[in-house]
Amino acid sequence: MEAPAMQDEQLEILQFLQGQPAFAALPEEALHRVATSVDVRYFKAGSSILESGQPAEFWFVLRSGAVEVFRRDGTLYNRLTEGGHFGEAGLLQKKKVRFPVVALEDTLLYLIPEAIFTELFDTQEAFADQVETEDRTRLRQVVSRREESNQLMSATVDTLIGREPVTLPQTASALDAARCMTEAGVSSLLILEEASGSAEPVMAGIITDRDIRTRLVAGGLNYDTPVSAIMTSKLVTVEHNQLVFEAMLQMLRHNVHHLPVMRHGVPLGVIALSDVVQYESRNSLFVVSSIFRQSSVDELAALTADVHASFVRMVNEDASSRMVGSAMALIGRSFKQQLLALAEAELGPPPVPYCFLALGSMARNEQLLVTDQDNALILDNRFDPARHDAYFSALAAFVSDGLARCGYTYCTGGIMATNAKWRQPLKVWEGYFSQWIEQPTAETLLSANIFFDLDGVWGKTEWAEHLRKFIARKAKGNSRFLASMARNALLRTPPLGFFKDFVVEADGRHSKAINLKRRGTAPMADLIRIHALAVGSLAQNSFERLQDVVAAGVLPPGRGQDLHDTLEFISTVRIRNQADDLTAGLEPDNSIEPDKLSAFERKSLRDAFSILGDAQTYLKFRYQPGRST
Amino acid sequence: MFHPKLLSQPGAVATAETDWRKRFEALALSARDERLRAYYAAGMVGGDTPLSAVPLMALDVETTGLDPVKDGMVSIGLVPMNLERIRASASRHWILKPRVPLGEASVTIHGITDSQVMAAPDLKQVLGEVLQAMAGHVLVVHCRDIERQFLNGALRPRIGEGIAFPVIDTMELEARLHRNQPRGWLNWALGRHPPQASIRLVDSRARYNLPRYRPHHALTDALASAELLQAQVAHRFSPDTPVRELWS
Repeated sequence: MEAPAMQDEQLEILQFLQGQPAFAALPEEALHRVATSVDVRYFKAGSSILESGQPAEFWFVLRSGAVEVFRRDGTLYNRLTEGGHFGEAGLLQKKKVRFPVVALEDTLLYLIPEAIFTELFDTQEAFADQVETEDRTRLRQVVSRREESNQLMSATVDTLIGREPVTLPQTASALDAARCMTEAGVSSLLILEEASGSAEPVMAGIITDRDIRTRLVAGGLNYDTPVSAIMTSKLVTVEHNQLVFEAMLQMLRHNVHHLPVMRHGVPLGVIALSDVVQYESRNSLFVVSSIFRQSSVDELAALTADVHASFVRMVNEDASSRMVGSAMALIGRSFKQQLLALAEAELGPPPVPYCFLALGSMARNEQLLVTDQDNALILDNRFDPARHDAYFSALAAFVSDGLARCGYTYCTGGIMATNAKWRQPLKVWEGYFSQWIEQPTAETLLSANIFFDLDGVWGKTEWAEHLRKFIARKAKGNSRFLASMARNALLRTPPLGFFKDFVVEADGRHSKAINLKRRGTAPMADLIRIHALAVGSLAQNSFERLQDVVAAGVLPPGRGQDLHDTLEFISTVRIRNQADDLTAGLEPDNSIEPDKLSAFERKSLRDAFSILGDAQTYLKFRYQPGRST
Repeated sequence: MFHPKLLSQPGAVATAETDWRKRFEALALSARDERLRAYYAAGMVGGDTPLSAVPLMALDVETTGLDPVKDGMVSIGLVPMNLERIRASASRHWILKPRVPLGEASVTIHGITDSQVMAAPDLKQVLGEVLQAMAGHVLVVHCRDIERQFLNGALRPRIGEGIAFPVIDTMELEARLHRNQPRGWLNWALGRHPPQASIRLVDSRARYNLPRYRPHHALTDALASAELLQAQVAHRFSPDTPVRELWS
């Protein structure tokens, strides 16, 4: 007989699958193939369905009953019932079962062979989305949060103690306490009760800045008042081996900002709420403070590993792109500042005042690891090239060479203070900007783009401020200028999406990799900058600019949030890719191969590209030459 | 399918144990039809084979009515299985042209229409295929008399001889549990009969938390019996149980 006709197939299985979200959007032919490839197995309540590490051969769909999915550490990860599915993590990753599964009730499972699952996952977008969003993204977050991240959860409080506790006997006066705190530079004191004989002194209480303010001064007490009268004697303490996280909870629960840390009844020190709060970003702050302690370019260059480590740590702790971007910009700015301090120490004080400028991503607080140095010098208007330029040329060379040694490569476009063109008095800079804005040509603006993100990092930083206002005033509503900028911004377009392991370009070509900066974050920053200039915003950061743009009402409703999410998402993928490269011991870059992306990322990136594409179209329409803005 | 008359016939309860391996060897020698001979020649597991090692095949037939003498089969569904897996993906289904007209009532039950049946082959044409698929397997059915009597009854007029085969009857396994319970001394003394649990396929399945399938499609019913057997073994037998304790 012929192959069974359609209606003769496994009707029950087919109809059940049709009703499940993951399968609902499958074409009939694909659904039919799934239904006819399903095998079935019954499990009694309490029996083991999958054990971690066994080969992953099937994707499982619950037809009836209930199962529990466990993490490898034995804690419950998920509980599923009719229509639920599991096993995708094992199939998508190492082809080994990752999460053990046990039948919670008598359970009937439909088993879908690995080959069919993989084919659906690769070829059926809606299916992949459903499976991914149901499980894998959540799973990835859960796994990464649990496994790698958050030392806040595992560090003990004694790691936060910076110094021995500062103490006073309870007989001391409030004035003594205030003087002692000022001298020692602390915001709290431990008050000790004099013990009889040879016994250790006993802690009687604690006083803080706040006690002096609220109880002594506001209470109108005499400065001779003994500290015992204004201290807090009901002590909340933590043991040295408690977790930082627990200390934080203690503070919140008791509404105190200082906690004595005890070991065997003896105070080891006091931790403040600020210590705990800063702990998360401690690595980048630590890098910054060590930058300022280095006294040579060699020593500064040796910090590169620390910069990378702090970057990876932030990524692992799920910091937002904005946090990572501003931390990296802060570090970059600190390198510049310390190099300038070293340069001045070597070359002597400057003959006329100057302002050292950061341009581009550093000025926008959107710096990542792979970045070239874009900088410039604003000089005092009294600047006389013949007499002064030797100094500034040497200064620029010192900083630029130093930055290159610290991992910030030279700007291939020559936008550096070593270039005499970008080492000019304030009035010349005003002239540059006037010309760019008032007589725009596509060619001049192509290279000038980067100057519209500027930040003073050293010296007369108010000049940078002055230039920003100058630009904002001239650019606002200048349709010819905005149209030229918009035309340039449209030169870098996003790709269309992905197919298999290729990036698909809008014209149908395939490429192997995508540069997420050139094709994603840079065009985003470009178009946001244009809207910001159009509305006279003084902000430099893209997210802040976007707020001003939305407030000014130039975007269609909802578009601002879309752009925000798009920038955040593309940046996050770019950041994670760099962190993955570093962790794998590779040179980080902005280029990413589609096979490194999860299906969820591919889908979300495609959405992001499409929003970016629409936003570019809107830009073109909005800033047409001659159109009043 | 379920018919009260069938249940009342002798043979509905397991009697003396048959040595199916020996019987197949003998039938392979005595069968005259080539296809039937090949079926028997494929052999049968011994009665002491543990369930986990028995190749099983869930079987269901849809018929024009309930009388094996007057009515004919309109479809056969087969689903290969073992205790680990029900291979729904390897299931087979045949629609057949019975030698009696379709009654309107039966159409409404199994949903197979005249036009489908008109285009379908006679069992004789697909007998080789069906027997080949069944060969070497112990059949799993719900209410064995239907399948046994209809298959047997269909073969006689076509090839001049009947067919015998071992089956595991999931209905009988349910009956063993629910129909042979002692009534209890008090109930006995008072002459009370406790309400009997239904052993119909759908009700039996519900007791094992198996989903409700729409009945009366040969393939769906075969799958439903296969699932029920896995559930029964998981709850009441062990993979080491010799097949002789279940089959008849």
